[in-house]
Amino acid sequence: MSTRHSLRMTRRRFLVNTATVGAGLTLGMLLPGCAREEGPEEVMPEAGPGKAGGEVVRDARFEPNAFIRIGTDDRVTVIIKHLEMGQGTYTGLATLVAEELDAAWDQVDVEGAPADAALYNNLFWGKLQGTGGSTAIANSYEQMRNAGAAARHMLVMAAARQWGVRDSEIDVVDGVISHVASGRQARFGEMSEAAAREAVPDTVFVKEPDEFRLIGTRLPRKDSKAKVDGTAVFTQDIRLPGMLTALVAHPPRFGARLKSFDAGKAMIVPGVEEVVEIPTGVAVLATDFWAAKKGRDALHLEWDETDAFALGSTEILAQYRELAQAPGSPARSEGDAGQALQGADRKLETAVAFPYLAHAALEPMNCVIQKTGKGVEVWNGEQYQTPDQAAVAGVFGLEPEQVRINMLYAGGSFGRRANPDSDYLVETAHIVKAIGGRAPVKMVWTREDDMRAGYYRPLYFHTLKAGLDAEGNPVAWQHRIVGQSIAADTAFEGALIKDGVDITSVEGASNLPYAIPDISVDLHSPVHPVPVQWWRSVGSTHTAFAVETFIDQLAAAAGRDPVEFRRPLLRDHPRHLGVMELVAEKAGWGGSLPEGRGRGIAVHESFNSFVAQVAEVTVSGDGGFSVDRVVIAVDCGVAVNPDIVRAQMEGGMAFGLSAALESELSFSEGRPVQSNYHDYRVLRIGQMPEVEVHIVPSAQPPTGVGEPATPVIAPAVANALSAVTGQRFSSLPLKLNA
Amino acid sequence: MISLLLNGSTQELDVDPDMPLLWAIRDIVGLTGTKFGCGMAQCGACTVHLDGEPVRSCVIPVSAVQGKSVTTIEGLDTEAARAVQDAWERLDVVQCGYCQSGQIMSAVALLSRNPQPNDAQINEAMNGNICRCGTYVRIRAAIREASRALG
Repeated sequence: MSTRHSLRMTRRRFLVNTATVGAGLTLGMLLPGCAREEGPEEVMPEAGPGKAGGEVVRDARFEPNAFIRIGTDDRVTVIIKHLEMGQGTYTGLATLVAEELDAAWDQVDVEGAPADAALYNNLFWGKLQGTGGSTAIANSYEQMRNAGAAARHMLVMAAARQWGVRDSEIDVVDGVISHVASGRQARFGEMSEAAAREAVPDTVFVKEPDEFRLIGTRLPRKDSKAKVDGTAVFTQDIRLPGMLTALVAHPPRFGARLKSFDAGKAMIVPGVEEVVEIPTGVAVLATDFWAAKKGRDALHLEWDETDAFALGSTEILAQYRELAQAPGSPARSEGDAGQALQGADRKLETAVAFPYLAHAALEPMNCVIQKTGKGVEVWNGEQYQTPDQAAVAGVFGLEPEQVRINMLYAGGSFGRRANPDSDYLVETAHIVKAIGGRAPVKMVWTREDDMRAGYYRPLYFHTLKAGLDAEGNPVAWQHRIVGQSIAADTAFEGALIKDGVDITSVEGASNLPYAIPDISVDLHSPVHPVPVQWWRSVGSTHTAFAVETFIDQLAAAAGRDPVEFRRPLLRDHPRHLGVMELVAEKAGWGGSLPEGRGRGIAVHESFNSFVAQVAEVTVSGDGGFSVDRVVIAVDCGVAVNPDIVRAQMEGGMAFGLSAALESELSFSEGRPVQSNYHDYRVLRIGQMPEVEVHIVPSAQPPTGVGEPATPVIAPAVANALSAVTGQRFSSLPLKLNA
Repeated sequence: MISLLLNGSTQELDVDPDMPLLWAIRDIVGLTGTKFGCGMAQCGACTVHLDGEPVRSCVIPVSAVQGKSVTTIEGLDTEAARAVQDAWERLDVVQCGYCQSGQIMSAVALLSRNPQPNDAQINEAMNGNICRCGTYVRIRAAIREASRALG
């Protein structure tokens, strides 16, 4: 019999859960004996919620809730509410269900959920469906396990009724329901129709972590095969009957307006069907990409740039340096940092500049929209269902629920697809509207369009001052940050801006974990027309570097080893300390290295997870250097799939290493300078260090892993370079003095 | 009319001769495993084999492949290809997956001409393929594993 002894979900708790989150688990949606009627097939056969993730179960007989279908063919389909953009959510969420259902992993298929916030909202975001902030596993941890446990319960009750035995005597292992005493057993598929007639349970048992059979093990990804044989469907791959491909000519600078255009030469390009003006530029629609591209190249465009953005990065940075002379809005204030600094035995200071950064996901942004009898249908690597539904509906004068969204695999996002303005979806909607909805439209950005479309990680400037006492202990810390607010003028302003401080600008700085008696952190949020947005790990992309390199600078001034220096200052933060000690041990911290090589360490918390990294670098005589090895320790609570946690540590670190080494989106006279991967450089395989990942064992609820590795690498590398050369860094990307 | 051998079958394409091979494969023939990433041979997502050699199909005009043999991810069918795809799946190399067709085409081309590459040769052969998700550690490991499988 089952070892489930713990009733963790009482009825009361369960009801509280569903009531406060906008009905996350709808156990009322039981459809006994009904095949799923709504499916992507009715519109087109090539893509849709089912096709993105796996095979559609056509003979589904048992749908205990909005997350699970069990067919008579014994296939278990888990409906995934979050976008699979590489982070492994299709695998992770399915694992949670399979664990509590006691399904066999190879009988589980996954399918992307439709846009329906009443069923599929992010439980951390209220009534909003969307993916981000490294929350997919964390917000779904109980919800998906409850869903699996409820389905299991109904299968067991059905078997008990059919076999005339007590449900408490029934076991479920690997998708097989069995009663040992009578020797009876049935597969899920054989019991699915009967289970659909059982009552949905009010309470469910879920396992304690020490009972986990799948969670914590290395299960193969559900999306590997399709991504290895080329059959995975991305938005770029959608083909609909009569579909036109659209390219848009955008203004050369933010704030420029279209004065006039002549489409005469574009219209004679074979394959070009129509040229239309839309709010963001001029769209050329053609039978295929190449014709649309040639048509766009043939447009004659006149822009009014009177009110356009005209600054360069140098001028912006000069403004920010000026602003940093005066205090900004306080983000944290403890004691009197100014006075403590005055009284300090030694004073140190630094300043760091961070450039704008493009997300540069490998699949340039694109979107397909088709008018239907009931509204419109969207195909997209869909990260922000609820805001996107509203924005697209707004263009057509529809209700949000008339916008049906097919969530496809996303070819990377790193934050870009969760756009507060739904920018590229709205652009596509305007094109469809401009042609009267006569054809489905695939709007495609080229790499250049994507890179110059804005919504960058903002340019930031930081100043830091600290004081040490005679023993070298830090007694004062002043941190000032200058940079555009990401949340300002978006729907998230109310939630993210408190007392004039955008928390996404200061996170990682205002929660400084080091025990220093007098601390001030303040913020200036200047306004520029350059659109800005969250970029993998958001505020921590810059705050972690500023804090962790300055801490190393203080350690050096105090004449102490960086790990020894941090240890007492982290005394109130055991999880920071835990990952730091683990990474130091695994990296052989303190061991000798050959001439020209050095180690650097950094520790940072983001998205409720704790990551420490040690980078080993080799400095060559000519000012060049390489990052040879990176050791990572992470504490993310329960590691639902440790191999995916490792993959996110490797990849998240690599994403941060691009910015540490090379990436920079700069402006000159209001124009973005970089346009493609030749000048917006990102990490290539030859620059990838060897990586070791160590996961702190934990029974705590899982926290984020998609982002927390990203911000830690740049300070670890900088600290390693400083250890070898003595040079401190005042800007990113990192450049060694010759 | 341009004629080429695509994945073993003759294709007659009545298209603009300047159209890059990538778009002929994707938009005209309808094989979408080969991806568009940059349009200027910088990212490698569009990598295909032209008479067995890895090339960036986004910068090759379709007229330049007249009479030649082109293989895409859909047409892979060699011992080296199976070894590479098996290793990729076994090690769960992929994340978002968008670059992986190109990565695999480059890896298969490498192992087809050099079944036992060293790390420097792996880095050199794969340096033209960007992975924004940063799966490079696993790409290296999967190529080593495929190399071992090929004996």
